Amino acid sequence: MTATTANAPATPKKASRLNRFDSPWLNSKFIAGLCMVGFAVLLGLIGPLFWDVTLARVASSPLNLPPIWAHPEGFPPPDPAHPLGTESSGRDMLAVLITGTPRSLMVGFIAAGIGLLVGITLGFLAGFKGGWIDAVIRTLCDAVIVIPSLLVLIVISSYVRQVDIVQMALLLALFAWAFPTRVIRAQALSMRERGYVRMARLSGASTFTIMYREMMPNMLPYLAASFSGAVSGAILAATSLEALGLGPTRIPTLGMTIFYSIRAAAILRGMWWWWGFPILMLMLIFTGFFMIATGLDEIANPRLRGLKAG
Amino acid sequence: MAAQNLPGTVGTITNGQPDPNAVLDVQELRVHYETPGGAVIAVNGVSFKVRRGETMGLVGESGCGKTTAAMAVLHMVQPPGRIVGGHIFINGTDIVPLSEAELREFRWRQAALIPQGAMNSLNPVMKVRDQIGDGIETHEGKQPKDVLKRRILDLFGTVGLSSRVYDLYPHELSGGMKQRVCIAMAIALNPPLVIADEPTSALDVVVQRIIAQTLLEVKARLNVSMILIGHDMGLQAQLVDRIAVMYAGNMAEIAPVKSAFAEPMHPYTQLLIASIPSIKHKKPLKVTEGLTHDLRNPPPGCMFQLRCPRAMDVCRQVRPPLRELKPDHQVACHLYA
Amino acid sequence: MRGLTKEYVIRRLFMYVLTIWLGSTLIFLIPRLVPGDPIAAMVTRMQQQAGYVENSAEIIAAWRARFGLDAPLSIQYLRFLRNSVTLDLGYSLTQFPTKVTEQISKSLPWTIGLLALATVISFILGNTIGALMAWRRTPRAVKSLLPLSLTFTSVPFFMLGILLLYVFAFGLKWFPVGGGYGRGVTMGLNLEFIGSALYHAVLPALAIIISSMGFWALGMRGMMITTAGEDYMVLADAKALTPARIFWGYGVRNSILPQVTALALALGGIVGGAVLVEYIFSYPGMGYLLYQGIVNNDYTIIQGVVFILILTTATAVLILDLLYPFVDPRISYQRR
Repeated sequence: MTATTANAPATPKKASRLNRFDSPWLNSKFIAGLCMVGFAVLLGLIGPLFWDVTLARVASSPLNLPPIWAHPEGFPPPDPAHPLGTESSGRDMLAVLITGTPRSLMVGFIAAGIGLLVGITLGFLAGFKGGWIDAVIRTLCDAVIVIPSLLVLIVISSYVRQVDIVQMALLLALFAWAFPTRVIRAQALSMRERGYVRMARLSGASTFTIMYREMMPNMLPYLAASFSGAVSGAILAATSLEALGLGPTRIPTLGMTIFYSIRAAAILRGMWWWWGFPILMLMLIFTGFFMIATGLDEIANPRLRGLKAG
Repeated sequence: MAAQNLPGTVGTITNGQPDPNAVLDVQELRVHYETPGGAVIAVNGVSFKVRRGETMGLVGESGCGKTTAAMAVLHMVQPPGRIVGGHIFINGTDIVPLSEAELREFRWRQAALIPQGAMNSLNPVMKVRDQIGDGIETHEGKQPKDVLKRRILDLFGTVGLSSRVYDLYPHELSGGMKQRVCIAMAIALNPPLVIADEPTSALDVVVQRIIAQTLLEVKARLNVSMILIGHDMGLQAQLVDRIAVMYAGNMAEIAPVKSAFAEPMHPYTQLLIASIPSIKHKKPLKVTEGLTHDLRNPPPGCMFQLRCPRAMDVCRQVRPPLRELKPDHQVACHLYA
Repeated sequence: MRGLTKEYVIRRLFMYVLTIWLGSTLIFLIPRLVPGDPIAAMVTRMQQQAGYVENSAEIIAAWRARFGLDAPLSIQYLRFLRNSVTLDLGYSLTQFPTKVTEQISKSLPWTIGLLALATVISFILGNTIGALMAWRRTPRAVKSLLPLSLTFTSVPFFMLGILLLYVFAFGLKWFPVGGGYGRGVTMGLNLEFIGSALYHAVLPALAIIISSMGFWALGMRGMMITTAGEDYMVLADAKALTPARIFWGYGVRNSILPQVTALALALGGIVGGAVLVEYIFSYPGMGYLLYQGIVNNDYTIIQGVVFILILTTATAVLILDLLYPFVDPRISYQRR
């Protein structure tokens, strides 16, 4: 799968260290994932400069236009003014993508940021202190992970119909901490027993110093992988809620667009561009974060890299 | 020890014909590890024999190729390593060209392994009886339950395990017991050759003695030939009949254990023996910690030249061949040219 | 029984109760803590739809009394706990005389059936693929094809469901566009019904299988790589066991253990995802019922469905936990 070569047991390490193109961070999956997510971010940042985003409003455009390259039967001919077509309420799909994508990303980043922060704190605390603190945190974590969080979020947001993006992110953060905590705790636990951390402890460094100066740098790939996992988890939860019609209704997020298309039976009417583009965009985002996480995993565990195809 | 009838039949003859007196006859074995930076030559044209009923010690420092050579005898060199040349005759059959299926017929039945890390060599999720049983049944077909049980309990008796172990999982055993299970497994099919790869290295000293004792008893009772890999010269002195010393993928010296200890000829062997700690004579440590070569680019000449206290000009140019200098005593060194 | 120690069972049972308590408390408490009154909101929506509702204040008060929302929070909570323990989930708001439990008992078998089928297939398939990806003896041709199965790994179930629906139901017309069984088929233990139910389950199940098997495959691949380096794998090779025996009995058998734990951890997410798949396919399970509840503002249905699904998930995890010591003999000796 990867082009990275296997490290034979007897290869001297010095030689490969000197080669600067051999940095573990130049992992092909990691880079590809970064590019995919980067594209989505750029679309939201630069898109509004080139495209009129007010076209994302209801009735701003003609109805049911197919994308310019498609000529499906029973639909009006495509219009170059709406390259990705329009849906049944007169929204321009390109404008929907440009306004919807950054909102989905933002929800994910805020929720994952909070989740990771809590995760780092609790995970380090549990892994490093041990004892009853560890027992409480671990038990709570395991219980929260088992609860189908999406369902709880459905209950909450069906009561509270009007949420904005920040509130949504806060709700998602309610569950986004458990997995990072688990991962970080396990890592902290194993690192605690490693030589360099022990040395730091013996030389009288404070717990805080040890945690942040000695362990953090080595945990970086794990933290980054947790973060990218948490972001896509939060985006998935947000999109799922939106697709059920729960979530910010005024702004057309990607999930909301899917919800409208399902409600309008777009699948069975053959209007694939209505649901297809938001799904394509989300698939790009999810695949991007997934590849980032896998790439980071390989960076942290060289053994996964050394698998040749033969 | 098998008698040696004709001078010269042992060791130096590598004519592609098996020696009928040897259980194992390795000739000019070469094993390479393919790496991005070139092939690492782990075993560089090594030849040795193991005679019927004899125990041969294979010693050398870690990374010298002794374990690779032993794994090659089972045709089990792990990729990226592979056997690139030579012959390995076991009871007259060259196993180097055999196919995977043919090798499965031969392995364990003809040559069994007592692994290095007995602590982790047993499948943690299988009961001991099933792990011994599956080896037997793979080679001899399904057997009635009680016959198999009888047989496994007999093996336990041979290696000094209580019958209680039969129903236990590996994590319920001590290190010494696990090693005994491994020995029992190795002799289950009565193979003519057993390769013991540092069988005592992970154990504490007292258990080491007991396991070594068990190995000797088993060997005597079953009359198997054995290769004992190790770096503990003291243990080797007690257990083996002949000793083979490897250095950096090459064979340095092969000799009966008595003459190897009494008059070691290769400077590396001399160094190994001199570094055995003795309580009677306190001596300064003779360390030559010099560089070993990059095994991808072996220099011309002797591999030991950089650390050898008696290196000469010729050592830097010509690789010394392994020659029989005294009866049954072979050395690869220019000092005796 | 071998493998199950008293301490282990007690710990797992404690986790079981804790999970359910935590989940149900969250769905009870948070809606009541955040600003906004669902009943008032409901009446407002009714007003929006009907134009004007008479005596809206009285209606709100009456509803509040009906649901006990006029009592202090602590009393409400105790009542809620009592009702949860006795599985008294109240009446549906929109279809008044039907009990929530009645509705759920019609839907739950569909969901459990679909989920069990899809999860078992995906787990077996994914782990086999992952193990083969890491297995030295896998034929080269097979090995180069295996990563294809990972294509949809990170795509959420319901999005894949929409794609499958479009391609195989709308486009190719190979499968029905929704529902749990054919129209003229009578429910019961007859071949026609079972066949029809399976036929209708193919696409929803595929959506779950295709997007989740990559997760198992990747985890398994990593574990198999680790396992391949173990000493017991070398000894198994030396013993010349058949490759199939080494693969299944030594490699997979040991690598699967962390995967069972991962399954227990992933179950909550799988259940959540499956709810949306049912919604996409109008599959007559809990997800569809839940969606109906959301559309109709039927809060007792929403609460009841979610509570039962939390209970079901926690029970499945408990069963996995209690089975675990039987697949890993070491577990009774060391605490997880």
